[in-house]
Amino acid sequence: MDADNTSSDAAVGLTAESLSPGRMAFRRFVRHRGALVSSIILGTMILFVILAPFTARYGVNEAVFKTSIENPNQFLSPRGIAWLGTDDIGRDLYSRLIYGLRVSIFIGLAAAFFGTVLGVTIGAIAGLRGGWIDDVLMRVTDLFLAFPFLVTLLVLRSVMSSVSWLEPFVGKPTSIRFVIVLFVLFGWMGVARLMRGQVLALKEREFVEAARALGAGPVRIVVRHLLPNAIGPILVALTFAVSSAIIGEATLGFFGYGPQPGAGSTSLGKLVGGAKGALLPGYWWLVVFPCVLLVLSTLCVNFIGDGLRDATDPKLDGTR
Amino acid sequence: MLRFVVRRLLWAVPMVLIVTFLVYVALRVGTNPLASYLRVNQRASAKKIQQYIETNGLYEGFGGYLRGYFQWLQGFVTFDWPRSIKGSREVWPEFRDAMMNTLRLGLTATGIGILIGLSLGVFVALKPGGLRDTTVNTGAFVAISTPPYVSALILQLVFAVYWNRWFGSSLLPTSGVYPPGNRGFDLFLMIKHMVLPVTVVVIQIVAVYTRYMRASLLEVLNSEYMRTARSKGISERRVLVRHALRNALIPIVTVAAIDIGAILGGLIITERIFSYPGLGDFFLGAYDNGDFPQMMPWMFFFTLVVIFFNLVADVSYAVLDPRIRLGR
Repeated sequence: MDADNTSSDAAVGLTAESLSPGRMAFRRFVRHRGALVSSIILGTMILFVILAPFTARYGVNEAVFKTSIENPNQFLSPRGIAWLGTDDIGRDLYSRLIYGLRVSIFIGLAAAFFGTVLGVTIGAIAGLRGGWIDDVLMRVTDLFLAFPFLVTLLVLRSVMSSVSWLEPFVGKPTSIRFVIVLFVLFGWMGVARLMRGQVLALKEREFVEAARALGAGPVRIVVRHLLPNAIGPILVALTFAVSSAIIGEATLGFFGYGPQPGAGSTSLGKLVGGAKGALLPGYWWLVVFPCVLLVLSTLCVNFIGDGLRDATDPKLDGTR
Repeated sequence: MLRFVVRRLLWAVPMVLIVTFLVYVALRVGTNPLASYLRVNQRASAKKIQQYIETNGLYEGFGGYLRGYFQWLQGFVTFDWPRSIKGSREVWPEFRDAMMNTLRLGLTATGIGILIGLSLGVFVALKPGGLRDTTVNTGAFVAISTPPYVSALILQLVFAVYWNRWFGSSLLPTSGVYPPGNRGFDLFLMIKHMVLPVTVVVIQIVAVYTRYMRASLLEVLNSEYMRTARSKGISERRVLVRHALRNALIPIVTVAAIDIGAILGGLIITERIFSYPGLGDFFLGAYDNGDFPQMMPWMFFFTLVVIFFNLVADVSYAVLDPRIRLGR
């Protein structure tokens, strides 16, 4: 956040402890214990995921040892050579979870980022222009948000995969790019509504009028004046978009509509989907560990979002 | 007030038409009904194919889509629904049975969930900031971050698979409405089959409504008119019930009506995991077959439900909140 706001505090003599808004937000964030713990856990996860070649004990598709009839390698329960057990063809679950989380986090970040950018753009247009564009956009948004999300995703998915001229842009229905595009198309609406509300609340304020009087165009007004003032809620929405994209990928994967990220890779969705088959024979590790990792990562992201909401809300100072 | 409701109602009609037309186009493009038909019925004669195209109105081009849509709509409202692609079955009886199953599951779960959620919300809002608050809040956060299939998998693992290993028989069944081969109505068996799916949906609903209720009640409790009510000298109980709870419930009625989509979404996933023959299972089955004649009534029905509850949300907000009512 911009640090030069403190100069106005100095002018009225509030220099006893000068804190930039950024510092103040940071303090509020740290005071949210859940968010702090989550940041540490998520940070560790991301470190593990980035350093995957070192932290994973085996390759994605590597069996823990060569299988033989007297010494089969499939469905081993957790033990020394495979900390979290092995799957149906003897691959180490721990290593696969790391590689799967890598893909899932990538999907989550990419989908959330592009979705937010798209949403901010559309919301800004709707808020600034008003009129019928605004009406139509908001009605569409309402309905999209009200439909069960799995159904919307599935219908969008089938439309995207059957329009042949889209394929150069969105890739194959089983590719990671396709899933990201799908989540971007699905995920911009909440942010758009949020941005529109912010624009409506801010656009009549004096500083915007001043900027306009100085000859600033609409793009400059949005980027330099409206966006910095609306950044808090948008950042929060971005964080929640990450977790919903991770869950979305896992949901699609669970029901078998998810990405098939090639032979050299896997995803949380695929791993959670694999739990279905492991349930009835009672291979509990294949059910529990992917589920726990999925819940833990989305929980951390959600907690961080909650902490950010507190951090970017100056009204909370002193009340908590 | 009446004018407001009537105006919203009049708006709803073109909304339904536009949205269902868009859905129609999306399904026509996305599932390609003709290709699905040929895939399922590979030895269909040219005459059969022609008949299928005509009964479903699968004409090409934008004008064709429009014409096909209105033909479909006419058939839909006169209950002359095209038959399903797979097995050429009637769609309505299956749809109706699925709807009944979903209603039974959904209403039970929503009722229990909202009741527990609201009570928990009140329970923590009365004493914010303490251990109780933190525990319930964290619990709600964990539950919100847990997708329904994860809780379903864990519940199935414990109560069916491992219970069977430990005690010789599973405590609760994991799929269907009745055990295979069962005929006729049996309330006890039905309830037994519903326990796990209902639990999964209830967890989701409780988490959401606890948070709503807590936030809403806290806001009311901190407002000026609460102090006024207390200073009038009425009992604390009356203050809470008549003034606080009533006002705290206003925003919740609205979000409840909008949330119907999210609840149905959770139901779809839950039904699929427990092989519960409801609307969610119906849709996913139809989606996998690319069964256009089955999907289209489903989508139409859901559009109606969604638009109706959006309307209910708007109107209930206006009815319940005097500020809005008088402002119109």
